Amino acid sequence: MSIEAKNITKRFGQFTALDEVSLEIPSGELVALLGPSGSGKTTLLRIVAGLEFADSGTVLFDGEDTTQRTARDRRVGFVFQHYALFRHMTVFENIAFGLKVRPRGQRPSKEQIRAKVDELLRLIQLKNLASRYPSQLSGGQRQRVALARALAVEPSVLLLDEPFGSLDAKVRLELRRWLRQLHDEVQITSVFVTHDQDEALEVADRVAVMNEGRIEQVGSPDEVYHHPLTPFVYNFLGNVNLFHGRIDEETPAIHDAATGELVYVRPHLLEIHRQPNGGSNFRATIKHINSAGPLVKIEALTEWGAPVHVEMSQEKFRDLQLSKDEAVFIIPKELKVFHKKVV
Amino acid sequence: MATAITLRAGKLPITSRPATAATTESTAVRWILIGIAVCFLVLFLFLPLSIVFSEAFRSGIGTYWRNLLQPDALAAIRLTLLAAGIAVPLNVVFGVSAAWAIGKFEFIGKSLLVTLIDLPFSVSPVVSGLIYVLLFGLQGVLGPWLARHDLQIIFAVPGIVMATIFVTFPFVARELIPLLQAQGQEEEEAALALGASGWQTFFRVSLPNIKWGLLYGVILCNARAMGEFGAVSVVSGHIRGRTNTMPLHIEILYNEYQFAAAFAVASLLALLALATLLVKTVVEWRARRQVADSTRWNGGEQIA
Repeated sequence: MSIEAKNITKRFGQFTALDEVSLEIPSGELVALLGPSGSGKTTLLRIVAGLEFADSGTVLFDGEDTTQRTARDRRVGFVFQHYALFRHMTVFENIAFGLKVRPRGQRPSKEQIRAKVDELLRLIQLKNLASRYPSQLSGGQRQRVALARALAVEPSVLLLDEPFGSLDAKVRLELRRWLRQLHDEVQITSVFVTHDQDEALEVADRVAVMNEGRIEQVGSPDEVYHHPLTPFVYNFLGNVNLFHGRIDEETPAIHDAATGELVYVRPHLLEIHRQPNGGSNFRATIKHINSAGPLVKIEALTEWGAPVHVEMSQEKFRDLQLSKDEAVFIIPKELKVFHKKVV
Repeated sequence: MATAITLRAGKLPITSRPATAATTESTAVRWILIGIAVCFLVLFLFLPLSIVFSEAFRSGIGTYWRNLLQPDALAAIRLTLLAAGIAVPLNVVFGVSAAWAIGKFEFIGKSLLVTLIDLPFSVSPVVSGLIYVLLFGLQGVLGPWLARHDLQIIFAVPGIVMATIFVTFPFVARELIPLLQAQGQEEEEAALALGASGWQTFFRVSLPNIKWGLLYGVILCNARAMGEFGAVSVVSGHIRGRTNTMPLHIEILYNEYQFAAAFAVASLLALLALATLLVKTVVEWRARRQVADSTRWNGGEQIA
């Protein structure tokens, strides 16, 4: 089922959580709403789910207006950040809940419910824990139960609010790959909220980057990462060095001119050299070197006294033999210029 | 190596361990405090309780039963059960809905409502009884109208029930408000999103989550409803066999020097108190175990 949100505005008192937000999600796609906390992503998700109502704007499911429908009538699967499992019910009862509360006419038989729950338990690989209570499960297991519970009612869309937000790093990585696989199997239109750019870029078909109640950019992970439309998107999707510079005819040069254009460079797109190349290089002094991890992270101070972060491969670092307090030249391989006031 | 270890073990001074932990008092202080507490309990709790029962059975078990089976005593027991039987369920309904509204929603006048719920705690029961007399009594605001329609509230059963309801107002709500506030609404939202109706959500998700708190509130509410003296005394009129509850009946018997009979009825109330304490302990124990169960596995994980 496709989802379309049109001109959604939502205020909480003085605070505008969503400001005329529009978003289209084609059927079967897995979309990430990415943004910092307070950017309105969860509010948008809850409005799509019918758990919250917009002050203005409409929500369409398959072109049909559902703005006035409650969560109960929208047939959405919703997965909460803190699982929201029914604590007095076993895993089995939790998953079966949505089927058991159906009106008598539409309720499946006991055997059908059992078969459905068993199938879902297999899907989430927790078949032997069916009689456990949520309190006896780990965080990752709970989140999988929450997902199975949402899928049990065969929803037309699946909405996930920071589904991996309260898990530790390792489980998180595992679960998000599993979610991607699951989505490829079940092919259900899904939207998930996250503040973790790696998660969004890895899992989603498309990413909607949100900031201060607006959507800054919607696109494939490749698009938003390599062709960010706004400084915010560029900034949010990875580490970044911000300079002021002036754009010359051919080669953009970085200066300390506070009046120049805003120039953004990712740390791995800066090269360190011992000799100037005559182009857009600038001088810097190395202040700190951190070589733990796949990349070597170097902190340096530019000739005009601004800190700059550079990342390079271990190999290159070994070749260069850099040391602390050494004076070097930094050459940007690729820079992104955002003209002031244009965006 | 072995010798070194033995040497050090031999040298280990016994006094290196502090005599008491930082937050523990010395032995003398502990015994004095415990002694005071025990003396207090014996003097103010165990002695009176044992006297109630010893006085009740002083003239033998036969007299005890005869005293309890007197028509007036039976009527008082019936009336007490009736008042509690009406007041407790009504306060359960009221308490759950009020706690629900306060715990789960934001609305204007919320703190006023919380204050009002606490009012019966802060107002003397005699005053609350008087309020009813002033409202519904013959000389009261609504008195003439009630008299015209042949409705008697004061000095009759309705007045007693109303006074009991007023006095026991806060027990259930007070017990549930913090519980519901702490639980938030996520489970309810999950139930609704899964297609449950409002009632299904309430009975299958919300109610099971608050059942121990609710039971605890009901127990306290019931104990107070049966034991209430002040407010009921004002509105009752003390008509023997008709508007006397157990506490009032006990007072009348006592004032008439029928000590054995007074203590026989009193022993029933005391038994009720003991039974309440027992049930309360069991409920608390089970509730604690449930909480422990749900937190035990959360060791490293954060549950917000």
